[in-house]
Amino acid sequence: MMQNKANSPQLSGATLIARDIHKSFGSLEVLKGITVEAQKGEVISILGSSGSGKSTFLRCINFLETADSGYIEVNGTGVEVPVRDSGKASTQKILALRRNTGFVFQSFNLWSHMTVLQNLMEGPLHVLGLSSSEARDRARKLLQRVGLAEKEDAYPAFLSGGQQQRVAIARALAMEPAALLFDEPTSALDPELVGEVLRVMRGLAEEGRTMLVVTHEISFARDVSSRVVFLHKGQIEMQGKPAEVFRRGQSERFDQFLANTAH
Amino acid sequence: MEGLWEYRWLLLQGTGVTLLLGLCGLALALAIGLVCAAAKIGGTPVVKRLAGYYTTFVRSVPDLCMMLLLYFGGQTLLNKLGAATGWWDYIEINSLAAGVITIGFIFGAYMTESFRGAYGSIPKGQLEAAMAIGMTSRQLFRRITFPQLMGYALPSIGVNWMVLLKTTALVSVVGLKDLVFFGVSAGRSTRDPFTFLIAILVIYLILTALSDVALRAIEARYTRGRRIGA
Amino acid sequence: MTLAAFFSGFMAWITEFSSKSSPVDFVLILSHWDIFLIGIKNTVLLVLVGLSFGAVIALPMAIARWKRVPFLAKAIGVFVYVFRGSPMLVQAYVFYYGLAQFEAVRNSFLWPVLREPWWCAAIAFAINSAAYQVEIFRGGLDSVPRGEIEATAAIGMSQGSALRHVILPSALRRCLPMIANESIFLLHGSAIASMLTITDVLGAGRKLNAQYYLAYEGFLAATVIYMALVFIITRILGWVERRTLKHLALQSMTTREQTQMI
Repeated sequence: MMQNKANSPQLSGATLIARDIHKSFGSLEVLKGITVEAQKGEVISILGSSGSGKSTFLRCINFLETADSGYIEVNGTGVEVPVRDSGKASTQKILALRRNTGFVFQSFNLWSHMTVLQNLMEGPLHVLGLSSSEARDRARKLLQRVGLAEKEDAYPAFLSGGQQQRVAIARALAMEPAALLFDEPTSALDPELVGEVLRVMRGLAEEGRTMLVVTHEISFARDVSSRVVFLHKGQIEMQGKPAEVFRRGQSERFDQFLANTAH
Repeated sequence: MEGLWEYRWLLLQGTGVTLLLGLCGLALALAIGLVCAAAKIGGTPVVKRLAGYYTTFVRSVPDLCMMLLLYFGGQTLLNKLGAATGWWDYIEINSLAAGVITIGFIFGAYMTESFRGAYGSIPKGQLEAAMAIGMTSRQLFRRITFPQLMGYALPSIGVNWMVLLKTTALVSVVGLKDLVFFGVSAGRSTRDPFTFLIAILVIYLILTALSDVALRAIEARYTRGRRIGA
Repeated sequence: MTLAAFFSGFMAWITEFSSKSSPVDFVLILSHWDIFLIGIKNTVLLVLVGLSFGAVIALPMAIARWKRVPFLAKAIGVFVYVFRGSPMLVQAYVFYYGLAQFEAVRNSFLWPVLREPWWCAAIAFAINSAAYQVEIFRGGLDSVPRGEIEATAAIGMSQGSALRHVILPSALRRCLPMIANESIFLLHGSAIASMLTITDVLGAGRKLNAQYYLAYEGFLAATVIYMALVFIITRILGWVERRTLKHLALQSMTTREQTQMI
């Protein structure tokens, strides 16, 4: 049975490093020391049953949750948790980290008071400081990319779930991040809309983007990822290339997980 | 009826004062409301408790009583302060200012609750998406929180405005030359209080109706992106 | 020194302190507890009368609005609009100063009642409160689940009987929190009575001020009394609500939580 740290790649120069992440909510320890490192272009699928801590782990990477201890680094900028100096230095690093990771939420979270185009332009315009025309160009190209060019003036509430999620992916791409984080991107979608989103994600993987995907879509994990990480109760139960991981008999818990997940 | 026509300018002037009082009071109330809501949401426990005392206090005391207390008590306090420090002799608070401060003070408490409730209605995901993109807290507030806040708070603010508008009538009691003041005086002079009182009522009803129209328009603008019922 | 002598000495000292050095002459206020008692009595009575008479008028009107009775519903709508859309102070003035100018009123059989400021205030409060209560009751009626009403038809109950035995009890219980809010608001509004020369709580404060040439002490006392009244009433109403809404098994908010949420 593959264990925690022994087999995880410890190469330097990785695009994204999350090392030894611990997180408790009150007395409940949700993450018990998770380490994941992603090289440029790797697509890592994170699987696990609910309560295994996979979403929490992802959210710790861009500080939507603050881990209790560990080290997080993206594209060379690293932050040690717990943050020692409460000064501007760490805040700046955290902001830089967030700008360098694109986060795609389960519930899309498009800003309801802005049109699709405004949603895409918001980051580049106000956070990256691009000019209005540059931001607009970038936004339009991305919309084209996800196949929703005609919806640029629509308000999110009037789009289907699948369309909203594709816009959300475009919004994340607009920041030109070093890595993309997906938090169960298709879990809130009606089954027939899942395909269009997975197609976009597959395209991104083929482009060579660095992606961390928390998902229930076993087909995506098996067919598109370069590595699969299986979490169980806050620890890495198993990880490796899809071919190895999906060979039965490696881990009882994983086999049970697969059996319980319809795929 | 002829009496009404004769006094039309006074009534108009009074209406103007009433509106001025109402709008200035509203501005103050909104400002206080935002600050106290922020205190209640993100402040230290002490600050939260203080804000709580403020809202409870305002809610427990009738507007008229509060107005008289603040006007006369405030007057006395200022004069005692002047006497003690020797900075000034005798100050008489302008009744419009007193009215604005009182109304702002009273309705600031109600606006606090409007904003607080509205903030709770903003889906957390909206804020998280902004944080995930690396917005600073100031940007977050200006670009995401505040626009959405107004959309959710507007119905409640609208209700409070309607009550505020009617409460302006009370300031006539401390001598402010507003609509009620002129209407009552005119009624007394012409020995026809009934006509003038009804006129005051009608004017207030008109103001209420206009407010309703205005509020609907403002609400439409702020809830542009939302589906009906969303 | 005997206890009595000590006590009277203490009283003399504290009275001296209170009237000369203390910013608020609290001994003076406390020694006139009788005026304030009258004030409390008047305020409480006015609010009770206003609420109950208002409820009695409002209920049939609410039912008419809810049933959308052709002409009546609109007329009541106008009534509600007028009395909710204008200041209660002015409404009270109309009843007290306005009506008195008409010969017809002065000669009518109602005059002994309408002449009294107390009754003018009570009527003004009742009518104003009725306007608000109509909408509250209507909301309560609207919120009775359709299914419950259909069930009464299904077993062949007459409309009147259904109303009396099923719909009203359910509706009234549901609007209790709003009625509780309304009673607090009426309490706030009742201070207007002092403008009609009535000795309610605020009126008592004014009397004290007038008698002793004080600027604000009377108002301060009135403020404290109102706070106490609101506190007590809120507690009582919260208790009543908890008991009558138990059947809904919801996490229904207590009046206090609701008032804190408006």
